[in-house]
Amino acid sequence: MNSSAASSTAAASSADAVLLEVRGISKSFGARAVLKNISLNIASGEFLTLLGESGSGKTTLLRLVAGFEQPSEGEIWMSGGRLDTLPPYKRRVNTVFQNYALFPHLSVRENVAYGLRVKKTSATEIGNRVEEALRMVKMQEFADSQPSKLSGGQQQRVALARALINRPLLLLLDEPLSALDANLRKQMQGELKALQRELGITFLFVTHDQEEAMALSDRIALLRDGSLEQVASPREIYAHPSTVYTAQFIGQTNLLRGEIIDGTARCGAVQWPAQGPSGSAIFSLRPEAIRLASGVVAAPGTTRFRALLQQQFFSGASELLEVNCGGQLLRVRISARGPLSGEHEFVFSAADAIRVQE
Amino acid sequence: MYSRTYKTLVSIPPLLWVGLFLLLPYGLMFAHSFWAVHDGVLVHQWNLHNYSTLFSKPVYVEVLLRTMRIAASVTLFSLLLGYPLAYYLSFHGGARKELLYQLVIVPLWVSYLVRGYAWKTILGSEGVLNGFLQYLHLTHEPVAFLLNSPFAVVLVLTHIYTPFVFLPIYAALEHLPRPLVEASHDLGASSAQTFLRVILPLSIPGLLAGATFAFVLSLGDFLAPLLVGGASGTMIANVVQSLFGAALDWPLGAAISVCILLVIISLLFLTERLEKRWSFK
Repeated sequence: MNSSAASSTAAASSADAVLLEVRGISKSFGARAVLKNISLNIASGEFLTLLGESGSGKTTLLRLVAGFEQPSEGEIWMSGGRLDTLPPYKRRVNTVFQNYALFPHLSVRENVAYGLRVKKTSATEIGNRVEEALRMVKMQEFADSQPSKLSGGQQQRVALARALINRPLLLLLDEPLSALDANLRKQMQGELKALQRELGITFLFVTHDQEEAMALSDRIALLRDGSLEQVASPREIYAHPSTVYTAQFIGQTNLLRGEIIDGTARCGAVQWPAQGPSGSAIFSLRPEAIRLASGVVAAPGTTRFRALLQQQFFSGASELLEVNCGGQLLRVRISARGPLSGEHEFVFSAADAIRVQE
Repeated sequence: MYSRTYKTLVSIPPLLWVGLFLLLPYGLMFAHSFWAVHDGVLVHQWNLHNYSTLFSKPVYVEVLLRTMRIAASVTLFSLLLGYPLAYYLSFHGGARKELLYQLVIVPLWVSYLVRGYAWKTILGSEGVLNGFLQYLHLTHEPVAFLLNSPFAVVLVLTHIYTPFVFLPIYAALEHLPRPLVEASHDLGASSAQTFLRVILPLSIPGLLAGATFAFVLSLGDFLAPLLVGGASGTMIANVVQSLFGAALDWPLGAAISVCILLVIISLLFLTERLEKRWSFK
């Protein structure tokens, strides 16, 4: 698990210039270890998501990069300089806070101008850059409003403009969309991604929503109990989860606990050719990797099995089947095709059964 | 939800209380201020003489101005002590927060009179402070201005009202969302800039409430000047007390009281407007 994390960060660092290096970071609050020896590189221009359940340490890692917390062990470097020893106000890092943290006593314009004001920027430059920032997030007409008069989505945009006006090298986003309703969240996801591409700023994004992470990220760093479980691109992490936890956390999956004997994996009545030494093994097989068999002969590299349909859940374009194959329950996602019943023959490709670690 | 009879019954006692012990005395005081005294006897004769006496005799105006000066000084010093204390406790109190908070509150449980007499012991010409100064040979005879002076009154009142100033400021700071402070640092503001641009403006309602407490309570105080004020530290409440007491001039005392009341009401009105202006939710 750690080896896969290390190898994928190494791959990223060789491809692009490294912006942020997290080196062996640990963080404890009293006796509670929140982060355990985290090492992670973020490439310049990358959209990296810290994904994890609440309590996994993702927000703590973000706060360490922002400078609101000090690491117990390890170092953080940015653009070749030590970052973790600098106070927050000297870091070229800005944050979009979970509940936006807009200053309630300042107007939208004054909120956005704040970062420039405290740096004693000239009034004309402040004026120009605030206009530009507000235009970027389409909030010009609300420039003189108080934050309390704005909707959640509008506050979100102001928070973005306020964080981006300092032209940070790295933008930190702490669950910025969690307070929005589902439709608005989808829309803001699109806007965030477009903004990131347009500005070329590196984003470090924190979320507990795996779908959001998949939709937005160049890479996902999955955290579990303060350790990195896997770091990889969304497609890679979905197609090749390295552990049971990753396979279950990202998307839906079937976990097949069986054993390999002489190049054949067996799990209940299902068996298929598999590499590796003999012994017990766990495989992840995505529901959509299983199809209803058509024709009589199995194509090369595929495996057939008969299973009894137990439940069918219709969800528009597709439907989810729950089938029983000799005691092993499997979920199968197929495109919508009307009510089914009884026993059916299913097929999957052996290459889609991914061996995962406990 | 509740029946009419029930509502009527439960509102009678508080209404009676307010009527008997608040509105009636205020009404009587207001009426007295327009009456007169002839040869030590109260005459129900409507006139404005009390008010003209009040503003024509320099002694009353002088005491009134001195009282306001003392109250303003007490407010200023209580803020200078109370705000940093509240700030320290709220932002850097850590694990000792509760203990320190209790330590600030405890003096409020000690009788005012006890604290007044304690200061008398400290400040008097045979007192602790003068004894210490002479022991160090910094002075050769007792320093007189320590006791029986406006200085002593300001000192004692500041000691007594600082917790009253501390409390609302502390509450305001405790309610200030910490992400706002973090956002300020994140955007490049130093601690001093964060204080001036975020923390101070957002604690103004608490600050105003504390300042109002200190000013209004000091304005009507008569124990501190009685105990440590002497002749030069006499305040308006002492004048009112003597007019109602030894001088037996209730109408003039009432007129002064009405004036103080007007000052206080307009002050409360003003601070409430200001507090609203600085409240954000």
